[in-house]
Amino acid sequence: MTRQMTGAEMVIQALKDQGVDHIFGYPGGAVLPIYDEIFQQEDIRHILVRHEQGAGHAAEGYARSTGKVGVVLVTSGPGATNAVTALADALMDSIPLVCITGQVPTSLIGTDAFQECDTSGITRPCTKHNYLVRSVDELPRILHEAFLVAKSGRPGPVVVDVPKDVQFATGMYHGPSNVTHKTYHPQVRADLDAVRMAVDMMINAKRPILYTGGGVINSGSEACQILRELVGLTGYPITSTLMGLGAYPASGKEWLGMLGMHGTYEANMAMHECDVMVCVGARFDDRITGRLDDFAPNSKKIHIDIDPSQINKIVRVDLGIVGDVGHVLEDMVRIWRASGKTADREALADWWEQIRIWKKRDCLAYRPNDDVIMPQYALQRLNEKLKGKDYYITTEVGQHQMWAAQFMEFEEPHRWMTSGGLGTMGYGFPAALGVQTAHPNSIVVDIAGDGSIQMNIQELSTAIQHNLPVKIMILNNEHLGMVRQWQQLLHGNRLSNSYVEAMPDFVKLADAYGAKGIVCDKPDKLDAAIDEMLAYEGPVIFDCRVAKLANCFPMIPSGRAHNDMLFSDEAEDDSKIANAIDDAGKRLV
Amino acid sequence: MQQGSAYFIEEVSSVQETHTLSILVDNEPGVLARVIGLFSGRGYNIDSLTVSETSHEDHISRITIVTTATPQVLQQIRAQLGRLVPVHEVADLSTFDIPPLERELALIKVVGAGDKRVEALRLAEAFRATVIDATTDHFVFEITGRQTKIEQFINILQPLGLVEVCRTGVVALRRGREKT
Repeated sequence: MTRQMTGAEMVIQALKDQGVDHIFGYPGGAVLPIYDEIFQQEDIRHILVRHEQGAGHAAEGYARSTGKVGVVLVTSGPGATNAVTALADALMDSIPLVCITGQVPTSLIGTDAFQECDTSGITRPCTKHNYLVRSVDELPRILHEAFLVAKSGRPGPVVVDVPKDVQFATGMYHGPSNVTHKTYHPQVRADLDAVRMAVDMMINAKRPILYTGGGVINSGSEACQILRELVGLTGYPITSTLMGLGAYPASGKEWLGMLGMHGTYEANMAMHECDVMVCVGARFDDRITGRLDDFAPNSKKIHIDIDPSQINKIVRVDLGIVGDVGHVLEDMVRIWRASGKTADREALADWWEQIRIWKKRDCLAYRPNDDVIMPQYALQRLNEKLKGKDYYITTEVGQHQMWAAQFMEFEEPHRWMTSGGLGTMGYGFPAALGVQTAHPNSIVVDIAGDGSIQMNIQELSTAIQHNLPVKIMILNNEHLGMVRQWQQLLHGNRLSNSYVEAMPDFVKLADAYGAKGIVCDKPDKLDAAIDEMLAYEGPVIFDCRVAKLANCFPMIPSGRAHNDMLFSDEAEDDSKIANAIDDAGKRLV
Repeated sequence: MQQGSAYFIEEVSSVQETHTLSILVDNEPGVLARVIGLFSGRGYNIDSLTVSETSHEDHISRITIVTTATPQVLQQIRAQLGRLVPVHEVADLSTFDIPPLERELALIKVVGAGDKRVEALRLAEAFRATVIDATTDHFVFEITGRQTKIEQFINILQPLGLVEVCRTGVVALRRGREKT
């Protein structure tokens, strides 16, 4: 459509034309004209948060659980700076966001006006791209371009900074059809010769492994389907990063669990001993590789990524394939089938036999306790109670996050939302609100820690206002658990500032906001408490009091290789823990 | 240093190389900040930087950056630059068979009298620098050439009353009839 309208109308019209039905935001002086337009329409529902960071994470949760672009609307100055953490988070985890920020009028830019900040300057390094709109004439193009850039290629956050005079000015609006970009053309289709080479390397593998990541999920449900087809076709073992959980079902027989620092022994050993590694939409993060000079030392490596800059960034690979995971895997399956060849069944049988031996190590085992709720047990019970239900899980950041990755099981993609790259405490609860907004009839549980939940606890008010019945399950150990664990490992168990004193009464807190509060500290009452949480129709805080000093194992200590893990049964005496990391490892993050 | 695989396609080298990159970008506000921010944010070196609009109709600017890094980092720099949305093209001029044409312009102010002044003027002639401003006790020379020549000229003028230097940074094009 093409017609005259104000800049503020254009913003709302462009959102409608892009198929947006929910936006997350907080009003302020520099976005009042846009909020006035929101007031006068009913197609787009605005979720009013209590802090702009919450709006950003909610939009991330919405985006990750739907595969659509999440939209944030905030005002200038502090509105924009408060959204920065969420933008950086979305950039690290490749989440498509469009964040519209108000700006002081063009004539005041640069004068230190009230609530002015250099939004485009501040957000430049934490967005995929950003725009400062200088005239209403370029606003429609920029808005549509923002969606194109956010969702195509490797997805990411895009900021559109709209000065207040541009919102008031009148100009000609045009719709999103024929939006192309002069310079931005991500490579979606891969070089077929490279895919053929990859298939050849895979067919000849004796000890293959598929190492998959968030790129598979970003590529979409179809890509996840083709991944499953590839695993079925090859019979190769598959592991995944934190970001990629759910792309392959946890119940699948080829599934080895998550890899990396807190991954399973079998996944890490298989990575270390493999002869052909196929990295699909992952980026060799330091939490994954451990010690680089001993990372999968006898392997040929194939890396599939839509972002050319990821190939050979951390680990030199033998074959880099630039393209969209879904397309590449489709080509791969087709070429494999057409070749008429099969994997080396005999070698594969030996390889699986070896993996079965590693599995027997039972690396996630922990010492059960009848008096105190073990955090792992709490999550096992939650997982059990959720089986067969329509549920989504978000997490905050810390020990509870790693335990959730280890013990929660995902059969489908888009069901698991966690802050991977940036590791943002306070992510999970607002993200859960975004998920619940998109899936009002599903169960959404934020698995939280007592530290993280307090970073965006104010959003309880949002949950109540918008009737978003999110369940917060706090694994409350009265510590910043992961910080405490690292202090035990690295700093002589001197617990500097990792004990959270003056813990609020979470039941009263829930009550104050109008949510339901539940507390439980006994293993034999846990099931009833989880049932009560899941059965309640509104938002719940479940204060699950767990063992205070439990450590998250297994673990690849900093500076160690995949075959050098620390297990919970080995780490029961303090000296073993204190000496697990050498001096070089202590310097790493 | 890093030994990730037993089957490296390329040898890993830790030797630093100096390369000249030519980057065509949309001349939109903030584009230079994006490029520079990428270098500072990821810890890459900038030895020299020049930028100017080279096609007014299309609003395209050419940014020329001289950088020093290992081959692995150079590959990252090219890929990271290519990822910026307003970037049309990234060419590493130092990867062609023959080195690129590189020129820099410098303005150099020399103050003094007597023998030193005469010597400065004589050297300027030898280096084909031109006098673009003068009084009885100063010269401003303009010199164009490769960076080594300009460095040399500046060094020689040091004891002859050199007071101020301004340099443009390197501009470069690929040799031959092919486009960059």
